[in-house]
Amino acid sequence: MTASIATLHGATLRFGARTVWQGLDLDLAPGELLAVLGPNGAGKSSLLRVLLGQLRLSAGEVTVAGKPARHGNRAIGLIPQRGSTAAGDVRARDLVRFGLDGHRWGIGRERALRARCDALLARVGARDYADVPVRLLSGGEQQRVRVAQALAGEPSLLLCDEPLAALDLQHQHAVARLIDAQCRARDTAVVFVTHEINPVLPFVDRVLYIAHGRARLGTPAEILCSECLSELHGRPVEVINGRHGIAIVGAAQAC
Amino acid sequence: MLSRIINFHDYGHLLPVVRNSLIAGAVVALVGGLIGPFVVSRDLPFAVHGISELSFAGASGALLIGSNVVAGAIVGSLIAALLLGLLGERAQQRNSVIGVVMPFGLGLGVLFLGLYRGRAANKFGLLTGQIVAVDTPRMRWLIVVCAVVVVALALMWRPLAFSGVDPDVAAARGVPTRALSILFMLTLGLAVATAVQIVGALLVLALLVTPAAAAMQVTATPAAVTALSVGFAVLATIGGILLATGSSLPISPYVTTISFTIFLVCRACGAQRTKRGWVLSR
Repeated sequence: MTASIATLHGATLRFGARTVWQGLDLDLAPGELLAVLGPNGAGKSSLLRVLLGQLRLSAGEVTVAGKPARHGNRAIGLIPQRGSTAAGDVRARDLVRFGLDGHRWGIGRERALRARCDALLARVGARDYADVPVRLLSGGEQQRVRVAQALAGEPSLLLCDEPLAALDLQHQHAVARLIDAQCRARDTAVVFVTHEINPVLPFVDRVLYIAHGRARLGTPAEILCSECLSELHGRPVEVINGRHGIAIVGAAQAC
Repeated sequence: MLSRIINFHDYGHLLPVVRNSLIAGAVVALVGGLIGPFVVSRDLPFAVHGISELSFAGASGALLIGSNVVAGAIVGSLIAALLLGLLGERAQQRNSVIGVVMPFGLGLGVLFLGLYRGRAANKFGLLTGQIVAVDTPRMRWLIVVCAVVVVALALMWRPLAFSGVDPDVAAARGVPTRALSILFMLTLGLAVATAVQIVGALLVLALLVTPAAAAMQVTATPAAVTALSVGFAVLATIGGILLATGSSLPISPYVTTISFTIFLVCRACGAQRTKRGWVLSR
């Protein structure tokens, strides 16, 4: 068996008196894609911050690439929510270059990294708009550039924080497919926080569903069923399987 | 009237008098042009204004007690920069801190100047800039402080750009974003203190923001933004000093007018470029 990329054992997170989630156990294998689902405020993004070493667990253990999670771990890549930054005025290639050497001191030389930036942009199909300011790109194009930036550090774990938010349906599917293809090819494990389950469902290995301080981990079929989600939400929730995906009904009222 | 605004009579005799100012102006403009793109990408123009008012208070305090005006400006600047760096990490918090601190600084400065019994030109100069007042020791001070700013920027360059443009990913990559933002504020404080000496506290933005904002209208290439920003700042300052030399007016209206004109031209070019579409590279 290969070593886990990320593990959580009895992980509990509290903000003051409020328990966000507790007793979380997780073993993430290389190349595995884990979708993290749940209502707003369930602590999905907090889980990412725990893996990034930006939040400390109240109890339990977390490791990334075999070592306790720590701030600035180079084994991790991050795709943030769209529009979460003031990145608009720089070119697509500058954003990618940040992923290569933005953490180093000094001025550096752009020319030395030009070929690598081009190669990364070509990999995600963004070569054509390498020199266009990010603010002039469409949402789907911006997320492609984000994928290239995150891959620049050759991460063994990729964290995606709602990367499909505010994209239209077609681009949601395209970006999800791109992330999956790039990560499968390199055995990069992915933690994919999302509200939009259908675009990623074809690629998901396991689902972590967090709601009301509790979490369930399993295959999509095990977790995304009426019985399991009703139990998590403590209210009747219905999962409807359609031809083009699933619909979760009732969960919104239960939050 | 016009001859009071633009007058090249006896110009040959006047130029040597402003030699120090030209050197100091060029150095300060270089620093303003270098730091400007960071100010814009970090959304700090209002902070620049706030820092310059406290810098003015420091400088006028120094003038009143007869000590070094540059040192006074630096002390005021650094106190303001540290306050903003520590209290206001988020833009909204920061802006209210500035709104609270700025009038207090300006009030203090006015008080000090009111108590000052020296030459009136010294007083006015701190607010709106002056040219002949740069003596050799003061010029040395300015050059040393500017050198410190340039070295600090060169060392922090990449992580500073990264964390300014893309703070979430920068933090995830281990860039010490909080420490950098405080260090940057202090560096900015030094730059503001030097700019106050040339264009005066009220118009520092013309050197630290306008040239960078103009450059960013016409290009997104980082090296080109920096080069243009520096070029524009130097052009505005040197041009402003040369035009002001023949007149009896302060230097700042000349600097700000040139700076603003450059911005308008760049803005028009940028609009054209956006309309045409950005050239796709192959």
